[in-house]
Amino acid sequence: MIDEELVQLLTPEGERVVHPEYESTLSGEEIFGLYRDMTIVRRLCNESTSLQRQGQLALWAPIQGQEACQIGPGRALAPMDFTFPTYREHGIAWCRGVEPKEMLRLFRAVSNGGWDPYKYRHSVPTIVLGNQALNAVGYAMGIQRDGAEEAVLTFFGDGASSQGDVLESFVWAASFNAPVVFLCQNNQWGISTPMSVQSKIPLYHRAHGFGFPGIRVDGNDVLAMYEVSKRALENARVGGGPTLIEAYTYRLGAHTTSDDPTRYRIDAEVEVWRHRDPIERVKSLLVHEYKMKQARFDEVAEEAEKLALQLREDVLAMDRPDPLSMFDNVYADFHPLIEEGRQEMIDLGVTGGAH
Amino acid sequence: MATKTMTMAKALNEGLRRAMEENKKVLLIGEDIGKLGGVFRITDGLQKDFGEDRVIDAPLAESAIVGTSVGLAIRGYRPVVEMQFDGFVYPAFDQIVSQVAKLRKRSDGRYTMGMVIRLPFQGGIGAIEHHSESPEGYFAATAGLRVVSCSTPNDAYWMIQESIKHDDPVIFCEPKSRYWEKGEVDLDNPPANIFDAVVRREGTDVTVIAYGATVKTALRAADTAAVEGTSVEVIDLRGLSPFDSATLETSVKKTGRVVFVQEAPLTASIGSDIIRQLTEKCFYSLQAPGLVVGGYHVPYPPTRIEEDYRPTVDRILDGVDRVIGFGS
Repeated sequence: MIDEELVQLLTPEGERVVHPEYESTLSGEEIFGLYRDMTIVRRLCNESTSLQRQGQLALWAPIQGQEACQIGPGRALAPMDFTFPTYREHGIAWCRGVEPKEMLRLFRAVSNGGWDPYKYRHSVPTIVLGNQALNAVGYAMGIQRDGAEEAVLTFFGDGASSQGDVLESFVWAASFNAPVVFLCQNNQWGISTPMSVQSKIPLYHRAHGFGFPGIRVDGNDVLAMYEVSKRALENARVGGGPTLIEAYTYRLGAHTTSDDPTRYRIDAEVEVWRHRDPIERVKSLLVHEYKMKQARFDEVAEEAEKLALQLREDVLAMDRPDPLSMFDNVYADFHPLIEEGRQEMIDLGVTGGAH
Repeated sequence: MATKTMTMAKALNEGLRRAMEENKKVLLIGEDIGKLGGVFRITDGLQKDFGEDRVIDAPLAESAIVGTSVGLAIRGYRPVVEMQFDGFVYPAFDQIVSQVAKLRKRSDGRYTMGMVIRLPFQGGIGAIEHHSESPEGYFAATAGLRVVSCSTPNDAYWMIQESIKHDDPVIFCEPKSRYWEKGEVDLDNPPANIFDAVVRREGTDVTVIAYGATVKTALRAADTAAVEGTSVEVIDLRGLSPFDSATLETSVKKTGRVVFVQEAPLTASIGSDIIRQLTEKCFYSLQAPGLVVGGYHVPYPPTRIEEDYRPTVDRILDGVDRVIGFGS
């Protein structure tokens, strides 16, 4: 459909594809699990968009259309692996066990992070494009030096693929044979910047020039995303070095709720990709091959609905933080300069709570 | 032609348009500035009217945007660069400090780095991290760069044009929280010495110096102070580095008291340095030590509490009270 070299195990119609190198190893129940993850993540994403529209979030970065790109690798991770996300890895955060309300603290503008990165082995969001790719390589070099059998998975998009940090991270990962997997979600648009401005060759081809394998996967095929990520991570853990996975996908929604994509792209393009929906094709497979009944899907929808309502409640209950908290965690230890600022704020009568 | 009422965003747009009409060497480069018109719509419609060769949608790489602009400037173009947000300028920091600021010197004056780096700065829009910063001090500390900021639509309209014409590289700081505020723009008569400080409100008791978004806050503080019987002189700094010391000295020698207002944290900041210089130059006129009201020495906070970080009318008045009450 897109590229001869594209790894695809499930067509948009939900039919299996025989691939010479990859085959799906998952049982029907496991595939159903991926369906559940994707459905829940999409529902939570839609709830977050509404919360933003209602003025309850400062911003939201939708994931719609990219669920498979994240649920596949998210479930291929081993517990001790570590991940370095951007601000759009809600699916990965979900797989890592981050609570939905924690994901929204950043977007509620009550925190610049939101969760304990060591608890979930999922780093805090990086907003500046591409910074995290170098951080991921450094972490991977640490794994090497510890002699541990772990891997790092890091994320960026087609937009950040032009950033120096990302390209430098390729050099370093190759040079040190670092146990890192780069997952580029090529959703075709960096805000209004089309893929054609970012690269004249398919992004996964770049990896070869840096000296490690690159592979393009149908990013809307969760089975392919799972298998390719799994193999790349396993390879990294045993000293096989880095891999670049280009998840070929599409951002169905806006870049963020501040963006208006109708200014730069046409509806027909969006429609084409709607027909390649990552969730529908899995459902089709589960119905036809595994004869799953509608009741099972209804259960998932109900569960997703409950989680969305819970998320709404949790977000509405999230008060502004105590302003004095801005003086916390600036330095490791007490410093009189920070204390002076804190005291000034206290003297001004500033208090926490709702405004 | 006379005057027109418009927002600061529109004034910048019109200023850019006029500069592009007057000089074919003026090019705009930035992320999402063409078809989208920039995330703040400052370049709205310019690609349509001037073409893709003059309004260039950049691949997403700030270092490359500034680095290639250096080459374009060497070739004789006048690049006007848009950094999408203050907090995204740092990949370009190396190019700005090592090349943009120093190439005139290194080439013994043969190169002219006539370029503008537009930087939407300061907070107040409820954004997420990296979208509300005040990095102007980093650039102010670098010789060779001019750092300026506008606070009204009229200044925005003329200052952007003057910056483009200027043979020095200009870091053009745009107070994003004021983009949508309207004001009169005189389309015929440019203000004189637009990089120099200007007295926005005359007063006799205390001089308050501000720039960008804080000018309006300072003016509101002056209104309140007046009700309480204190006469505050408000100065809009405009040129942050190098700055117009003469206007500041005249005011401070008259009032004997000075408060500097900025959103940037106080440490190693523009305000702390200007107060240091004024202390030296106006020592015998000062009735009280000058002070700076600004951001705390912490990373910009989550924006639900940003109004406790940014200088408010109350905090400025607190500063005014402190310099007036000094010693008593």
